[in-house]
Amino acid sequence: MVQFQNITKIYEPDTVALENISFKIKEGEFLIIAGRSGAGKTTLLKLILAEEDPTKGKIIFEGKEINKIKKGELPFLRRKIGAVFQDYKLLESKTIYENVAFVLEVIGATDEEISTNVLKVLEIVGLQNKADNFPKEISAGERQRAAIARALIHRPKIILADEPTGNLDPANTSEIINLLEKINKLGTTVILTTHDKEIIKKLKKRTITLEEGRLIRDDEEGTFIL
Amino acid sequence: MPNLITKRIIKSGVQNFKRQGNLSFATISILVITISLIAFVYISHGILGMAIANIREKADISVYFQKQSSEDKIFELREKLTEFPQINGIEYVSEDEALERFIEKHKGEKALMESLQELGANPFLASLNIRAQEVDSYEKVVSFLENESYSDIVEKIDFYRRKSTIERIFNITSFIDKTGFLVSFILILASSFLVYNTIRLTIYTQKQEIGISRLVGASNWFVRGPFLVQAALCGISAFFITFLLIGFFSYFLGPKISSFFPEINILSFFGSNFRTIILTQLISGLLLGIVPSFLAIRKYLEI
Repeated sequence: MVQFQNITKIYEPDTVALENISFKIKEGEFLIIAGRSGAGKTTLLKLILAEEDPTKGKIIFEGKEINKIKKGELPFLRRKIGAVFQDYKLLESKTIYENVAFVLEVIGATDEEISTNVLKVLEIVGLQNKADNFPKEISAGERQRAAIARALIHRPKIILADEPTGNLDPANTSEIINLLEKINKLGTTVILTTHDKEIIKKLKKRTITLEEGRLIRDDEEGTFIL
Repeated sequence: MPNLITKRIIKSGVQNFKRQGNLSFATISILVITISLIAFVYISHGILGMAIANIREKADISVYFQKQSSEDKIFELREKLTEFPQINGIEYVSEDEALERFIEKHKGEKALMESLQELGANPFLASLNIRAQEVDSYEKVVSFLENESYSDIVEKIDFYRRKSTIERIFNITSFIDKTGFLVSFILILASSFLVYNTIRLTIYTQKQEIGISRLVGASNWFVRGPFLVQAALCGISAFFITFLLIGFFSYFLGPKISSFFPEINILSFFGSNFRTIILTQLISGLLLGIVPSFLAIRKYLEI
């Protein structure tokens, strides 16, 4: 589904974020990308979202080279992806309901579709009672659940979760990880970046380990040894 | 679907306008100042133009004709003078009319009236009062009258005595006209720059939201649209406020200004240019809101 071919990313003037990375992700797979802060995990996800361009190499998503997609067509690529960020990236001027609905509005869903689906997804993530609250009015764990609701509302083919538990306590961390597992079981490919060994141990999924921008391990069942 | 998207863009713009009250208020305030300035410049330019034309009307020259000059010859001369370019108007005042005007003007002054009676005959001469656009035109008329065959009927030309006054009036009014335009232009440019920077800051505070919208798959127009709608609403609100301010100013202060300067009638200018003033304010409000927003948002859409 996603293929990294000899990807190198250098930030000007000479910071190497990723160096000659190659791997494949199959459809429906749950992939963990592990590594310390600054190892290149976030850059890797940014490349899939076409938020950054690689310096060298190719990223193929569903047979198309991502960095060759024209600017005007980028929204169509991003609509196939759901993204969850460590800092939530919710729209502060919109309520939780509106934040989740926004993605469906963008793709042109009808008002009926929006109201039915948003309420359903908010129920799945346990935020049905917070629909009319603004992000600043809810807790960190709730914000992250809202971000997950937004990421899965349009049934994307793949969900990118960039350290989604980085700012959360153990109880909320567990809830978020369970949610991601559930989403994956329903057939959505999930890429999760983390530096949390407990999460890796608990999930027992394929884990790629990055160190200073290089891929040093690719294990079928989660290990994170640094 | 385009209708659905447009509806959502408008709804989102209206919602942002209401929810981001402080930002909308800041933008409207700065727009009110700029539109008021534009309206003020437009109105004062119009009124100044009227006042200048009025003052220039008073700067004329008079050609007096000898007693017993034939009216036919005077009219023939008037015809020739009308062919001069830049002549605004020529008025013929006969000997009798000149006498009547004098009596009308000085009827309360006993000594003058008695002296007139003692003379027994009409002492006034027939004349042509000539008004031109430029001082140069007066000089051309005078040299024509002095050199042509009409010099035999011309008694005197009242130009050289008034020349310096006429020149001064023309110089002052032309200076006011040009300086006024330059000052207005600089003021409008400066306040437009202020509007641009205020809107740029407003959009800068929302650059993260713009980026997020792009990352979740919104097209450029879906992101940009609500900002433009919000800017248009700020522009329209600013237009209404400015219109009320200018209306209030014209209605209550206009008559007071007219009592000091009779040439300046703000209320009548406002009335006769109502549609232009409204359109100027509305278009300025919309453009000053939308164009800076459009330009400022561009760089945040690069994601």
